[in-house]
Amino acid sequence: MNDSRLAVATAMPPMQAAAALNKPKMSARGLTFFYSGHEALHGIDLDIAEGKVTALIGPSGCGKSTLLRIFNRIYSIYPGQEARGQVLLDGEDILDPRYSLNRLRAKVGMVFQKPVPFPMSIYDNIAYGIRHYEKLSRAEMDVRVEQALRQGALWDEAKDKLKRSALGLSGGQQQRLCIARAVALRPEVILLDEPTSALDPIATGKIEQLVAELKSEFTITIVTHNMQQAARVSDYTAFMYLGELIEFGQTQTMFTNPGKRQTEDYITGRFG
Amino acid sequence: MDARDGIAATRVAERMYRRRSFTNAIALGFAGIATLLGLFFLSWILWTTIQRGSSAIHPAIFRKMTLEGGLLNAIVGTVLLSFMGIAIATPIGVAAGTYLSEYAKLRKFGEAIRFLNDILLSAPSIVLGMFVYTLIVMPAHSSSALAGGVALALIALPVIVRTSDEMLRLVPGAMREAALSLGVPQWKVTVQVLYRSALPGITTGVLLALARIAGETAPLLFTAASNFYWSVNPTKPIASLPVAVFNFASQADDAQIALAWAGALLITLFVLLLSVLARGILLRNKVAHE
Repeated sequence: MNDSRLAVATAMPPMQAAAALNKPKMSARGLTFFYSGHEALHGIDLDIAEGKVTALIGPSGCGKSTLLRIFNRIYSIYPGQEARGQVLLDGEDILDPRYSLNRLRAKVGMVFQKPVPFPMSIYDNIAYGIRHYEKLSRAEMDVRVEQALRQGALWDEAKDKLKRSALGLSGGQQQRLCIARAVALRPEVILLDEPTSALDPIATGKIEQLVAELKSEFTITIVTHNMQQAARVSDYTAFMYLGELIEFGQTQTMFTNPGKRQTEDYITGRFG
Repeated sequence: MDARDGIAATRVAERMYRRRSFTNAIALGFAGIATLLGLFFLSWILWTTIQRGSSAIHPAIFRKMTLEGGLLNAIVGTVLLSFMGIAIATPIGVAAGTYLSEYAKLRKFGEAIRFLNDILLSAPSIVLGMFVYTLIVMPAHSSSALAGGVALALIALPVIVRTSDEMLRLVPGAMREAALSLGVPQWKVTVQVLYRSALPGITTGVLLALARIAGETAPLLFTAASNFYWSVNPTKPIASLPVAVFNFASQADDAQIALAWAGALLITLFVLLLSVLARGILLRNKVAHE
């Protein structure tokens, strides 16, 4: 699977990649971020291509998760954290306080490092978010839940125990449930914050396969500390270091012929 | 040079190890003695209560009023007062705990409230009784079950605030982020997701608060006072087991002293039952999570 994924990325004509970036889904412009006054991101400019997978890589503390957490403003629940600059979603600045948080989070879903199923049934885990946005009949909701679980590649394993607590699922299943929960809201962008770092290799493989399937419908940004994973799943890669975006480009180019020395050193495992 | 240093180092290491073992043995010894001392008095008290209480318990005390040598009105009174206290304290306590954990998490104000709550937690219960006496009994010119319920609520309140606060803070931050990232507003996340997660802990806290107030005597002396007759009227004085025990235990009559022992045993069993229940809920939840 890994090789074929890489082959797909390699086979993509450069022109197509360039065209995708002409119409970015999300763009950071001069984005700076502060943790209680300490500047953690220094003027990031980055485009996230529509319908593609963009990987954010870099050593611990480089700001890749911080950047991801700005994209749905989840950082704003903590006092003392502040983002300056612009993050455009379809041309609109989501950092503008007038941009409704409700609308933003309906469009930009997120999956976290550790799987966190809610303490309720598998069915209700999926239905919970949907109920907040739509009034659906029982039958309609059943359809939506099934659809989301299928998209999360969990339907076959979960269909006979929808009413059982989600806490009884394995770690890998819980993470796929979290992906299904995010997908169920039909967002446009999905943010994945090291989604496999708490999982075993088999569960990781399933999630990576899932990411490849989901990108036909969603724009995906994934933070990962695993370079092989970035190479396997992403179309574009952004390498960050000490709060700066060092290099951004097609994954294939980044991994075979990086433009900067730092990128090469990191990718070849010389540091980080 | 190397060899001699090596031997010296080993000797020093051995001396240090022996000293640590010795300190360890002494500390363990003291801890063991302390545990035995506590257990000794606890079993002595329990043994005496069970022995004297069980010989005094007979079916008649569940039928007769305190005036006639029974405990029926006191049992009903204690149940009524305790549940009144819990009914008042639970909503306020859970709401306050939620505020502390979810809204005032990192603020000085929250820390200040937490500190004050801890003071209330350790306030002598008789002081709270006096407070309610001035607040309710004096203006009404009469002791009442309601005043007793309020006094008990004031004792249960800080326990419930504390446990709700702590149990909510135990819910992983990732759970909040995951729910908020669905676009669900914070109050809904708190009520629909966080409460579910913290429910076993909060329930345990409420049960422990109930156990705590069921055996309280001092705050009831000035508030609910006592009553030798049947009464469930919230505006009238009401009998309770702890106050009945307090009254009967100071009498010269052997039958009344026996009644005090019976009452003491009943309270002990009730509190024991609540504690076992609370542990059961926590334990069952722990197993379910694993």
